[in-house]
Amino acid sequence: MTQHSRDMSRRRLLFGGAAVGAGVILAGCTSNEQTPTEAQTKAADGNANAEPGKQVTIGFSAPAADHGWIAAITNNAKAQAAAYSDVEFKTVEAGADAAAQRAALSTLISQRPDVIVLLPHDGKELNSFGLEAMQAGIPVINLDRAFPDAKAYRLQIKGDNYGMGVSAATFIVEQLKAKGVSNPVIAEIAGMDELELTQERTKGFNDTLAQHGLKVENRRAARFTADSGQQEASQLLQALPKIDAIWNHDDDQGIGVLAAISQASRNEFFMVGGAGSKKAMEDIQADNTVLKATVTYSPSMASSAISLARLIGQDRGMSDLVELQVPKEIVLASETITKENASNYLKLGF
Amino acid sequence: MSESPPTTTQLPAQSPPVDPAETTEAAEHGAPAASGARLSWWHGDGGEGAKRNLALIGVLLALFAIGAATRSDLYANPDWVWANMLSILKLASVVGVVTVGMTFVIIGGGIDLSVGAIVALAGVWCTTVATQSFGAGGMIFTAIIVGVAVGLVNGVLIAYGRLVPFIATLAMLVAARGLAAEISQKQTQISENSVINGIASNSLLGIPLLVYILAAVVAGGWVLLNRTTFGRRTVAVGGNPEAARLAGIDVKRHTLLLYALSGLCCGIAAIMLTAQATSAQAAMANLYELDAIAAVIIGGTLLSGGRGTIVGSLLGVIIFATITNLFAINGLSTEAQNMVKGGIIVAAVLIQQVQFGTLSQFFRRNRLTTS
Repeated sequence: MTQHSRDMSRRRLLFGGAAVGAGVILAGCTSNEQTPTEAQTKAADGNANAEPGKQVTIGFSAPAADHGWIAAITNNAKAQAAAYSDVEFKTVEAGADAAAQRAALSTLISQRPDVIVLLPHDGKELNSFGLEAMQAGIPVINLDRAFPDAKAYRLQIKGDNYGMGVSAATFIVEQLKAKGVSNPVIAEIAGMDELELTQERTKGFNDTLAQHGLKVENRRAARFTADSGQQEASQLLQALPKIDAIWNHDDDQGIGVLAAISQASRNEFFMVGGAGSKKAMEDIQADNTVLKATVTYSPSMASSAISLARLIGQDRGMSDLVELQVPKEIVLASETITKENASNYLKLGF
Repeated sequence: MSESPPTTTQLPAQSPPVDPAETTEAAEHGAPAASGARLSWWHGDGGEGAKRNLALIGVLLALFAIGAATRSDLYANPDWVWANMLSILKLASVVGVVTVGMTFVIIGGGIDLSVGAIVALAGVWCTTVATQSFGAGGMIFTAIIVGVAVGLVNGVLIAYGRLVPFIATLAMLVAARGLAAEISQKQTQISENSVINGIASNSLLGIPLLVYILAAVVAGGWVLLNRTTFGRRTVAVGGNPEAARLAGIDVKRHTLLLYALSGLCCGIAAIMLTAQATSAQAAMANLYELDAIAAVIIGGTLLSGGRGTIVGSLLGVIIFATITNLFAINGLSTEAQNMVKGGIIVAAVLIQQVQFGTLSQFFRRNRLTTS
């Protein structure tokens, strides 16, 4: 019996020691000392608006999503606020859904910020919050996901999802024409299909292709993640033994799409990406994959939103415009990044 | 994982000296599907299982026929058909490995909702810059240790902390994804390791490495379930924990090991998925818990535990992958695909109920109450 229990305790010691050792090693392995993604800020330059003005408190809220683009939005906003000496930046976690974000925002209102910059989980669901804040005299800047009610925001700044589809289709049509391909096979890998933005992108893509008498042969919807991109792409490649062009809506999921393409040893087509990640721009520049272009949907809009929030808080206009106030709506153009201009855009990659 | 330690040390000291094989056999007879028979490879789990597995193979053949009918142009090319079958198996491989662990947990009377989150955490942990600096070995070691460790935490909470498995693993689902997001800083971490990435792109004798890994895990799981005391105990613990305890099985310890086994499978799956996507991120392996549970159920494993088959679960995963493939090659939408998957789960469970006569009982009872 004693022999037995000694065996047991020795074994426990061994296992315990191994467990602690493994734990220590693993804890060391969480380090991620990468070059941090450079935030896309615009330093105060020589224009009149650069001079410090009245102190402005900006409240900020964006979903805590696990996606590179949203992470870049938050980082950019923070970095741009830090670039101004006259801005105080207050951020509240948006939680997991619209209800949680509304709760978080009501605590933000009670702190009386001068301006609120908000990327809502869902524009429709947070419309009432926008109205409430505007009625309380706090200007609301809606970032990217529009409120249906024009009274619910002072400024709306967003990307152009429809325009992304248009730009991607335009590039594809030009390339196919240049190559002289007749009856091309065009495929599409969309993002999360339940989101309105995905529908808009697809509509822009289809409309533009239709103008040239073309259509999408097969379309799969992934989930903005690399692993889902890989899975959908692998099935898409299976469905279409010969492809001429692919548009993939999102560069993050594009990592997986490119992996699936190289795993299937396919290279008879070219691909256009979406959003404009740094990795995608580097791939386009290196020109050693099927990825030949990407259409932007840049998270730099968060930096611009903070700059404009400051101007609104200080009652100033945009110095290049004649108007004394910031406009009410700004839609970023979706630009096409190719090998030729990638170097200009690299600093905006996320 | 397949630890089936010297059984004498495992029995509680005060229990009378009994032949452990005999006790588990006895406990197992309390379980609904006592087998004892050692027949062909799919009979191992009992005659019921064999019949159901044949039905699942029938479903697969029907799906194949639908594919051949709707895309006869593609199916006319034998090379394409072979490549397509391999692509279905590759698609099934990651969820398949997770499902093997899930099958053990469910047969043992539990459930593991955290598998997708564990895959994500292990994937993210093994692709940090620090881990990648140790090379492929370090990455594999990390993924497996993280998987097993999280599984052990689940097991301790459930077996010794007496938390309901549903609650404990639901909490882990949230927490593990949270930790994964924290470690990755919500970025997609790219795997630069060519050995790891090669797992998904390389083949041996024309068959992808991923398929070999799936086959090895399934074979290991089958042997463990049907040919070892560990497997017998799993069935006994899931069928009737009290009887198992009285028969001298350390039910708590066994439960702990089941969750660790599930964690191990998740660790292996994390490496495979990272290799496929050449990257990892906190949102990866989204809803794999539901895919795995659904496959286990249509494979004929009782959700209440005590009976189940590895082969059935594998067929379940392959059926889902085939449906995905079928919808993709026909260019149909993902929504329609999900509806069909839901229908298949319901149909599978209804068929099970017909087999056990509960459905006819249900109808009889209803008729009695309404008349």
